[in-house]
Amino acid sequence: MTATIYPAARIVTMNPARPHATHVAVREGRILGAGTLEELAGWGDYRLDRRFADKVLMPGLVEGHSHVMEGSLWAYVYCGFFDRMDPEGRVWAGLKSIDAVVERLAEAAGALEDPAAPLAGWSLDAIYYGGRRVNRHDLDRVSEERAVGVLNASGHILNVNTKALELAGLLRAGVNHPGIPLGADGLPTGEMKGPDAMAPLGVHTGFDRDLLACDEPGLRRFASLCVRTGVTTAADLANLLPEDAVEMMLRVTGEPDYPARIVSLRRFYGLTPEELIDRALELRGRSRDRLRLGIIKVVADGSIQGFSARLRWPGYYNGAPEGLWYVPPEHLLEIYERALAAGLQVHTHTNGDEATDLALDCMESALRKHPAPDHRFTLQHCQLADAAQFRRIRALGLCVNLFPNHHFYWGDQHYAVTVGPERAERMNACATALREGVPLAIHSDAPVTPLGPLFTAWCAVNRRTASGRTLGEHERIGVADALRTITLGAAWTLGLDGEVGSIETGKRADFAVLEDDPETVGGERLKDVRVWGTVQGGRIFRAADLQP
Amino acid sequence: MTAAGPLPVTVVGGYLGAGKTTLVNSLLRQANGRRLAIMVNEFGALPIDASLVEAADERIVSLVGGCVCCSYGEDLVSSLTMLEALEPRPDHVLLEASGVAFPGAIAGTVGLLQGFALDGAVVLADAETVRGRADDRYLGSTVRRQLAEADLILLNKCDLAGDADEVEAWLGEAAPDARLLRTTRAEAPIDIVLGAWTGRAALPPAGGPFDHTHGYATAALDPPAGAEPEALARILADPAHGLLRAKGFMRRSGGGMAAIQTVGSRWTVSDAPADAPAGLVCIGLEEQTDFAALRRAIGCP
Ligand SMILES: [Zn+2]
Repeated sequence: MTATIYPAARIVTMNPARPHATHVAVREGRILGAGTLEELAGWGDYRLDRRFADKVLMPGLVEGHSHVMEGSLWAYVYCGFFDRMDPEGRVWAGLKSIDAVVERLAEAAGALEDPAAPLAGWSLDAIYYGGRRVNRHDLDRVSEERAVGVLNASGHILNVNTKALELAGLLRAGVNHPGIPLGADGLPTGEMKGPDAMAPLGVHTGFDRDLLACDEPGLRRFASLCVRTGVTTAADLANLLPEDAVEMMLRVTGEPDYPARIVSLRRFYGLTPEELIDRALELRGRSRDRLRLGIIKVVADGSIQGFSARLRWPGYYNGAPEGLWYVPPEHLLEIYERALAAGLQVHTHTNGDEATDLALDCMESALRKHPAPDHRFTLQHCQLADAAQFRRIRALGLCVNLFPNHHFYWGDQHYAVTVGPERAERMNACATALREGVPLAIHSDAPVTPLGPLFTAWCAVNRRTASGRTLGEHERIGVADALRTITLGAAWTLGLDGEVGSIETGKRADFAVLEDDPETVGGERLKDVRVWGTVQGGRIFRAADLQP
Repeated sequence: MTAAGPLPVTVVGGYLGAGKTTLVNSLLRQANGRRLAIMVNEFGALPIDASLVEAADERIVSLVGGCVCCSYGEDLVSSLTMLEALEPRPDHVLLEASGVAFPGAIAGTVGLLQGFALDGAVVLADAETVRGRADDRYLGSTVRRQLAEADLILLNKCDLAGDADEVEAWLGEAAPDARLLRTTRAEAPIDIVLGAWTGRAALPPAGGPFDHTHGYATAALDPPAGAEPEALARILADPAHGLLRAKGFMRRSGGGMAAIQTVGSRWTVSDAPADAPAGLVCIGLEEQTDFAALRRAIGCP
């Protein structure tokens, strides 16, 4: 069989024995080797393909925590403050005023044929509009006839118009709920704060829960975003994986031109811990190259910006109460024990440091019962862990996947409101994790923040907030560490570091094809590195050629 | 309530092992033809008794979802809506909350929904373990808040606890607004837990089959002419009178009938059909309820 040898301007391999190469040889979707043409010619017949001669190749980037839902959300109107690229490659300009939000929504409403159809938007960032709250009268300017609802970027506020309140029966005096502020007229202002207050409005404003769970167009569009961001393997971190979704995902990812490998985790919900283990074992057996199943996800607490993360003393900087548990501690412990016994991997969402403590306590006790080398249990987000916790994480053999994108999007709020200056500066302590020898990944949690490992790497390197503050100089990491973290680091947490994450003999032929060299552009410009597309399993995907 | 009225929803809360599922099964056994729909938020070791479900034509819906990252749980709403649309429509929904959920938060959402009426939040406490849990480093604040948000606390497993009186006294401080009922194997009269009785005749006899430690006292009251339903409801819900539940109809001074319902300190007043029979039925614990004082407080004839 003939190999294909690609010369490139530079090949960054992540293989420390041979960190750079000029050529890479590919056969049967896998890497024969990286080196010089003379070295690779030794493999026998080859065809020289010069299409990447002026490009930089990196191992295909690995997103260790995202959600396929990112692909589905684009069915709604993007209302964010920051520019964001959609799956078709169109960059939607960030909206810098409430008027601009109204204008974009009105345009979308005008394109709808059914006058009664609701209109849904997402990613509104009301914190950037000078302290003025968005209210129902703003959204009435979009439409008075149809219900309009816009989900906040933090996911914890839904803004609606008067029609939506009317349909939900809430346009009345006397509504008494902590999440529903009232105007001077005694009627709700249209701001629904927190899941309890948002829930009654979702159905009226067009948020389709089945669609958000995982739909076929969403899965395809998600893969397009992967190609545009250099990602060849992405974790879909919290799927309920009902049978019809599994079949659909197996079918779609199995199509010859599906460009990404999806690692879909089964979230703990609606099953007993025992049933969860059985289901995960069954799913693991059905894995294919481009759909990996069998890892478990457990959510321990809520989010910091939603004040639902479990914080240790002294709690939230603004005095908000101590947050919510999403799993009873007994269940977490039981899942850990059963998973260790069955050889399954568990990823645990712990945003607050108290939730991290709970996970560590449960892990310590479960490991005593079922000692397991190389379990690779991973703490996801783990945003507030301090140095002592990282040492314990290391001692228990856990990995962490930290969330540096938070510094950019919410760092200023964390500093001023949620956790206060000191803890804001040590949030997502990547440097401490590396110093303490903890296996590290970093993530976007797309759609919470945009998919893009090079941007995430930039966040970890610079720790810059939206207002320009450097949030914790001491926790910045170097470019080389950041690049290893978005390839081999993330691959390790998914148990795939033997297959992907570096360009070396025997691994999958997964490359990020770049126009610029992330090793030499400098940490400041990491987020601006241009992505040509990807090679996934030896198949070539050019972003500019993607079919919508 | 007529079939077109709002569908009553009772939230059943409490930490793992306190007896939520046992209570649900006990209520199903007592359903006696009433269609109870069950929503389960978490699957524990103990299942809902399938034989009871078939026998009584109840419906079970499992809730899936919750707020994670940017997805949020409207599953509560869509599941309730689905139950409401069933033919025949259920008479009452029992919503079994997860062991770490706050019943007050769920009750708050139910209270916002059109077509549903929050009946109340019933929280179970395991008499043996509740104080230890309330001091637990991870669970303490959650367990305390669950109790504080209850309308009715069922102090369960009283047969196993060393000193239930002491636990009861402690709960009086931890949850000052809640009324408390002692139970064994979570057996409590459906009329009290769900306020599901429809006429005076259906009231449980004092010292009925589920009463292990206390006797219940019931009384029928005729509201005085000219009283305002809201003012009356506030008195019925006043902890000083110790009523577990009160329910009935009265004529508004401005004309029309009003329905009054209380569970513990929670009260609601709503419009009632013109032909609703005036009269109130109250139920409390025998040793804590002084009906003579209550009659004086509301100015009964
Ligand atoms: Zn996530």
